[in-house]
Amino acid sequence: MGQDKGILVVGGGISGLTTAVEAAETGYTTVTIVEKNPYLGGRVAQHYRYFPKLCPPYCGLEINFRRIKQNPAIRYYTMAEVEDVSGSAGDFRVRVRQSPRYVNEKCTACNACVEACPVERPNDFNFGMDTTKAIYLPHEMAFPMRYVIDDRHCKGLECSKCVDACKFGAIDLQMKPSTVELNVGSIVYATGWNPYDAARMDNLGFGRIKNVITNMMMERLSAPNGPTKGKIQRPSDGKEVKRIAFVQCAGSRDENHLPYCSAICCMASLKQATYLREKVPDSKATIFYIDLRAPGKYEDFLRRVDADENIVMIKGKVAKIEEDQATGDVVVTAEDVAGGKKIQEGFDMVVLAVGMEPQTRTREFPGGLRYEENGFIDVEQPAGVFGAGVAKKPLDVTSSVQDATASAIKCIQTVAGGK
Amino acid sequence: MEKKLGVYICSDCGIGDSLDIEGLQNATRKYQPAVCKTHPFLCSQEGVQLIKDDIQNEGINTIVIAACSQRVNQDVFDFDPLTYVTERVNLREHVVWVQPPGDENTQLMAVDYLRMGITRAMKALPPEPKKAELEKTILVVGGGVAGLSAALETAKAGYKAVIVEKAGELGGWAKKMHRTLPSRPPYAELEPPDIEGKIRAVEENPDIRVYTNASIEAIDGEPGMFDVTVSSSGSSETFRVGAVVFTIGWKPYDATKLEDQGYGRYKNVITNVELEEMANNGGLKRPSDGGAVQSAVFIQCAGQRDENHLPYCSSVCCLTSLKQAKYVRDSNPDAGAFIIYKDMRTPGLYENFYRSAQDDEGIFLTKGEVLGMEENPDGTINVKVDNKLLGAVTTIKADLVVLATGMVTNMVPEEREPNNLTDEFIGDIVEKQTQDGIVKELEPQSIVLNLKYRQGPELPHLRYGFPDSHFICFPYETRRTGIYAAGAARHPMDMASAELDGAGAALKAIQCVELTSQGKSVHPRAGDQTFPEFRLESCTQCRRCTVECPFGTLDEDEKGTPREHPYRCRRCGVCMGACPQRIVNFKNYSVDMISSMLKEIDVPEDEDFPLIVGFICENDAYPALDMAGINRIQYPPNFRFISLRCLGGTNLVWIADVLSKGADGVILIGCKFGDDYQCHFIKGSQMANERLGKVQETLSRLMLEADRVEQVQLAINEYDRLPEILDEFIEKVKEIGPNPYKGF
Repeated sequence: MGQDKGILVVGGGISGLTTAVEAAETGYTTVTIVEKNPYLGGRVAQHYRYFPKLCPPYCGLEINFRRIKQNPAIRYYTMAEVEDVSGSAGDFRVRVRQSPRYVNEKCTACNACVEACPVERPNDFNFGMDTTKAIYLPHEMAFPMRYVIDDRHCKGLECSKCVDACKFGAIDLQMKPSTVELNVGSIVYATGWNPYDAARMDNLGFGRIKNVITNMMMERLSAPNGPTKGKIQRPSDGKEVKRIAFVQCAGSRDENHLPYCSAICCMASLKQATYLREKVPDSKATIFYIDLRAPGKYEDFLRRVDADENIVMIKGKVAKIEEDQATGDVVVTAEDVAGGKKIQEGFDMVVLAVGMEPQTRTREFPGGLRYEENGFIDVEQPAGVFGAGVAKKPLDVTSSVQDATASAIKCIQTVAGGK
Repeated sequence: MEKKLGVYICSDCGIGDSLDIEGLQNATRKYQPAVCKTHPFLCSQEGVQLIKDDIQNEGINTIVIAACSQRVNQDVFDFDPLTYVTERVNLREHVVWVQPPGDENTQLMAVDYLRMGITRAMKALPPEPKKAELEKTILVVGGGVAGLSAALETAKAGYKAVIVEKAGELGGWAKKMHRTLPSRPPYAELEPPDIEGKIRAVEENPDIRVYTNASIEAIDGEPGMFDVTVSSSGSSETFRVGAVVFTIGWKPYDATKLEDQGYGRYKNVITNVELEEMANNGGLKRPSDGGAVQSAVFIQCAGQRDENHLPYCSSVCCLTSLKQAKYVRDSNPDAGAFIIYKDMRTPGLYENFYRSAQDDEGIFLTKGEVLGMEENPDGTINVKVDNKLLGAVTTIKADLVVLATGMVTNMVPEEREPNNLTDEFIGDIVEKQTQDGIVKELEPQSIVLNLKYRQGPELPHLRYGFPDSHFICFPYETRRTGIYAAGAARHPMDMASAELDGAGAALKAIQCVELTSQGKSVHPRAGDQTFPEFRLESCTQCRRCTVECPFGTLDEDEKGTPREHPYRCRRCGVCMGACPQRIVNFKNYSVDMISSMLKEIDVPEDEDFPLIVGFICENDAYPALDMAGINRIQYPPNFRFISLRCLGGTNLVWIADVLSKGADGVILIGCKFGDDYQCHFIKGSQMANERLGKVQETLSRLMLEADRVEQVQLAINEYDRLPEILDEFIEKVKEIGPNPYKGF
C-alpha cells in the first residue's frame, strides 16, 4: 500500500478511542479521531457505573486518555464531522468540518467565564435535567479539558462578558467554522448510537408524564456529577424515589420500533436497580421483562441482584403507563405471566429501558457505506472501510472494545501492509 | 548527570490570588535552583518559551512546574523525557481550588507540595530504555476458530505465526458444526460452515507454521523472547516467539452429571453437541432404534445457570437450540420441535433469528420448567413441563430430548469442577514441610501453557476458570504480559465473536512485540520507558517481590533471589513496595525518593493541627482529587498527598518515616479490591492492604496506635465522598491525640 497515510476514526466514544489507541500503539501509523461532541468519551462518559463490576467508566477512560496524551501519533478533532469522502483504500481524501468552539487552546479551564456568563442553557449532557451557562465545561473529566460556547444560546458580541472575564484571551466570539482536509489510508466508522426516541411509544407516556424517564437519564440522575449530584429524585417534585419500576424492551424487540434486541438493557436495568437500592435503603425496584438476558458471566450479576428481596422481577409486557395527577405517581399496567393475571401498581418513578439506535439509522455518513436493514453498518464494506462497535450492532462495552480492537488490526493491514 | 534545576511558578487560575508567591519562591532557595521564575500564564506560548529558553541558555535539565494538575497540559509542558526530568506540582486543583485563599494553612500546604515536588525531581533521572532486536513471531495456542483467525490476521499484518493444536487437525469445534448461525440480514437462514476455507488459507500461508497433535512442554522467558518447547508426534522442538495468543477454546460440560435430566438413563436423551454430530453424520435419528424423529424437545440451561453445575450462562445455547430446531424441521417437515427455556437469550441482531423460529409453526417455544421425564416402552420420552406461559403442566412425547449443555473453558482440566476451583491457579492444596513447620499451600497444576514462572504454570483465573483480566475495558489483557486470551477460553461466545476475538488478540500481541522492542511498557503504563532496578547484593531472599508481583514478572534462583525478566514488567512498582530492604527502584521512582519527599514536609508543632500524609493512586485517587478541585469542593488543609504509580507500591518504611517525624496519621487512598477489583494492576490496592495488616508491628515498635494508619477504597468518580472521608479521618486522629514524636 506504500507510505502510511494513517487511519481516520469517525467517532470518539469507547469504540473509536479503542481503535485509535490500539492501532497507534503498534507504532505503525498515525490516527486521527473526528468527534462530533466537544469532548471524547461518547456515551460511556455519561454512565455512572458499568455492569457487572459497578465500576465507573471514567476509570478506564482515564487510562485511554492518558494513552492519547502521551502518544503523538494520535490527533483528534472535537466538534467535527466528516463532510465528504473520496478516493479508495490507501488513499482516501476526507473533508472534515469543525464547528466553532469559540474557545481556543489558551483556555486553562479556570471557570472565570462561567461566573461572568448571564445566560443559561439546557444541559444536553444531563438530558436537559439541569442547565449550564452558555459557556461551559461539558463535564469534569471532559477531554480535552476546555470550555465551549453553545452558540444557540450565547448572546454573542453584544454581551461579551466572558471575553472580559477571561484573562488569557481564550475566547473568540467571532470564531468561524473551519474545514480540514485529510488524506488517510483507512477509515473506521465508530459512530455509536442514540437512545431510541421514547416519546414514540405513546402507551409508555414518556414526554407526557414527568416521572417517566429513560435509562440514560437514570445514569445521569445517579452520577455524582449529574443534575441532582447523585441523589435519585423524581423530576416532577424532587421527591426521593423509593418505588421504582423498570420497563424492559421499551422500543426494542418490537417490529413497530426497533425489531432487534439492544443487548444491554437487561443488564443496565439490573445495574440501575442496585443504584437505587444502594442509595435509598428502604426502596423497592420492580423490573418488568420479556426475557432476562444476562449472558455469560453476567449471570452471576443477575443472581446477585435477584438475591435482593426488594428487587422484584416480573415476566410480562407493560401495556400502559399513566400518571396519578394528584400525587405525581406513575401507574403501570402490565401482564404478569407467572401469575396469569393483569397487574396495576403505582410507582414514584418509572425508567424505560430504551434501546440503542445506531447513529447511522437516522443519518447517512459519506464514504459509500453499506447499511443493513436496521441502519447498522453492514459487515461488508468497500476496501479500507470498517465499522467498529455499536455502529455495527448492539453491543455492551466489553464487546465494543473487542470489536474495536479487531478493527484496529484490519486498519493496520490496510495502511501499513504489515512490516 | 549533573542536575540543573529550574522552578517555574504559575500565578494564575487563582494561584497568585490565593498564595504568597514570593513566599513560594523563597521556599525554593534551599534547593539552589539555577532559575526560579514566576509567570502569570505559564501554559501560554510565552510561558513555555521561557522554560525552553532556560533549557537552551542555562542548561536546565530538571524542570519543576508549580501550576496545574499533571493531567492537563501534558502536550504543552512536553520536554523530551529521555533528556529532561519534568515534575508537575499541582498548586491549582490540589491546593488553591480546594482551600481558602490567603490562608496561612493554604500557604503551608503549597510550600510543602513545592518542596516535595522539587525533591522528587532532584531524585529522579531520565529513564534508560532497553531497546533490543526481539523476536516478533506470534505463537497461537489452539487452532479453532479464534486461533485460525488470530494466525491469519497476524500473517496479513506481516508477521509470522505458529499454531500449536492439540488435536490431529485444525478447526476445533467449528469442524464438527453442521450449520452455523446466520451472519447477515435477514438473519433467518443457516449457513454452511466456512471453516475448511480458513484451514486451507492457514495451511497455504507461508508465514504460518502449524503443529498438530502437539502440546506445549514449556514456555520460558518473556515478551520478545519466549522460548517455547513443543512436542509433536513424539519429537520435541524449541523455538522463540515474541508474544502469545491464547485460544484454547472450550469443552462441553460433562453431561454424565445430568442424570436427573435423563442423560445416560434414557438412550434418546442426548446433548446439543451430540445432535450436531448426528446432523453431520447422516441426519437425525433416534439413538435407541435409528427411527425417525417426529418430535424433539430441547431443554435449555441443562446444567447451567445452576450453582450445582455451571453457575453461569454459556451465551450461545439458546441460539444453538433454535438452530437445531431448524435441523429437526428441515429433516422432516412434519416434525415438531419444542424449546423449553428459562429466558430466551438471543441478543442484538440475533433477535431476528429468534423471530424466524417463532414464525415457523412447527417450532414451539415456551418459558417453562421440566418437572420430570419418563421413558415409554417404544423408547419415546414423556417430558413433563410446567409451562409458565400457559400456567399449566403439560406432557410432551418426544422421540429425542436434547440437553442444551454449556461451555467450559479449557483452562479447566477434565477432572475439575468449574464451580469449585482453587483461587487464582487451578491445583491442589498440599501440605509442605518448611522451616516454620507444616504449611498448607496451593500447588498449581500444569494444564496447557507450562509457563516456567515462579508463580505458576498457567494464567491466573477468575471464577469458573476464565483468565483474570479487566474484562470490561481491556478484555484481552491477562496477568501474564505478552499473553492475550481470546475466544471461548476467556468467555463463552459464539463462533462469529470468537473469530473477531482472535483478530483483536492478534493486534494486542503485535502491539506487545513492537512496544517491547522499543523498550516501552505495555498496558496500562503503555509507553513507559523505565525499568525496575534490583540492588541484589542487599537482597535477603524474603521472596515478597516474587510472590506479590501481580504479573508474575520475577522468578527466583535456588536461593530465592529474584531473577529479573524486564519485559514481563508493567512498571507498577508493587515489588518496590513489597521489599523491606528497599532494593527495588526505578530511575524516576524510588523508595528513597518518597522518603526524601517526606522529609520535606513541615510538620507544625501545633497540637491542634494534625498533619496527615496521604499515599494515593495516581490513576484513580489523583484524578478524583482533581475533580474535587474542578468542583471547588473544600476539604481540610491537614493533608499532604503523594501520588504513587499504584497504591501497591506503598513501602512500609514510608509509614515509619511519616510517623517518626511527628505527623499524626497516614491515609492510603486506592482502588477497590476484591472480586470486583478496580485496580489497574489487579492486586496493587489489595497488596497495600495486606501490607497494612503487618504495619502494626512497626507501629508498636514506635509505641503508636494502629488507627493512625488507614486505607480507603475510592473510585475515580467518588470525589464527592472526599470531604467526608477526610473529615472523619481527622476526627479519628484527633481522638487518638497528637503524635508523641511531634517536635522531635
